[in-house]
Amino acid sequence: MSGYSNAEIWFVILALGVGTFLLRWSFLGTAGSRPVPAWAARWLRYTAVAVLPALVAPLVMWPQATAGSPDPIRLASAAATVAAGLLTRSTLWAIIAGGAVLGTGFWLG
Amino acid sequence: MPAKDSGPTAADPAAAPRRRNPSLRRAALAGALNSLPFLLVLVPFAMLFGVVATAAGLDIRQVMGFSVLVLAGASQFSAVQLMSEHAPVIVVLLSSLAINLRMAMYSASLTPWLGRAPGWQRAAIAYLLVDQTYGLGMQKFERDPQMTVAERMAYLLGASPLLCLPWMVFTWVGATAGQMIPADWPLDFAVPITFLALIAPMLRTMAHVAAAGVSVIAALVLSGLPSGTGVLVAGSLGMVAGAWVEGWQARRAAARQLAKESRG
Repeated sequence: MSGYSNAEIWFVILALGVGTFLLRWSFLGTAGSRPVPAWAARWLRYTAVAVLPALVAPLVMWPQATAGSPDPIRLASAAATVAAGLLTRSTLWAIIAGGAVLGTGFWLG
Repeated sequence: MPAKDSGPTAADPAAAPRRRNPSLRRAALAGALNSLPFLLVLVPFAMLFGVVATAAGLDIRQVMGFSVLVLAGASQFSAVQLMSEHAPVIVVLLSSLAINLRMAMYSASLTPWLGRAPGWQRAAIAYLLVDQTYGLGMQKFERDPQMTVAERMAYLLGASPLLCLPWMVFTWVGATAGQMIPADWPLDFAVPITFLALIAPMLRTMAHVAAAGVSVIAALVLSGLPSGTGVLVAGSLGMVAGAWVEGWQARRAAARQLAKESRG
């Protein structure tokens, strides 16, 4: 991995590991039976569904592999993934649909 | 609310260990069996992480470090993706931990069911808790509210090896076999497909759609910002949007209810 020393990479791994453990341990570990405040639960509910799209949107629109210009095959693949995910509510089927469109597109192109 | 721990121990503590063991084994076995279908998703997903992380330039020990020490798929993918964009370490950590914030919510919602278990068991679950374990556990606990705390723990600890060990093993398989994949395959798009496939089934309510939509627009508008920082800002805006829509819908429903009551 260019741009990071071995130590930096291991720091990321360890910090992410410890941080994730503490998130999972937070309420359970301290065993407080106090409920999460409603406002906190409301924020926590939307973290994954807000952060993941932010990460993925530029990758779909301007892929590095095509030097940043929108690519019809990748856009079609992304659309197929989302459509299959919405229809089937299944991550696995969404991956299969997206992969199939991507693979077919490259095979034809 | 879950029932208090009221197994046979309450009446006869001396006979408890012998009488409780079969029920614990049954609970653990049920957990293991119920987690089997998830392998269909976990195995290819783990292999994909091995492939993608190796392609990004991590060596096999680092790849395995992620899957053993972090043990949280989406955040592992996001960390590797941001690192291959040369984002600063702090941005890599903040974004990936933000993706795992939902685990704090899992932790909170499991506490009424498991809060009275021994500390080491709660720590073990804190290491092993993944989306699937949480989902299985909550389903089971709500369906069988008479389960004892020990049985609930046994259920989760029975499910966990089948969900966590394959994640590690097939990460290794992907990292090892991934080097045989031809270089001209569009592997760069494996991460976007994976993330979209995780997001789409989550879009259950208008608030979820609003969170994702605002986040996408903001991320595209802010894509000129230094690598990774756009994600943090766009992600935060998405969270605010989701929470706001949920609050707005709740207030509107309450107002309607009030109007109905005052009429009737």
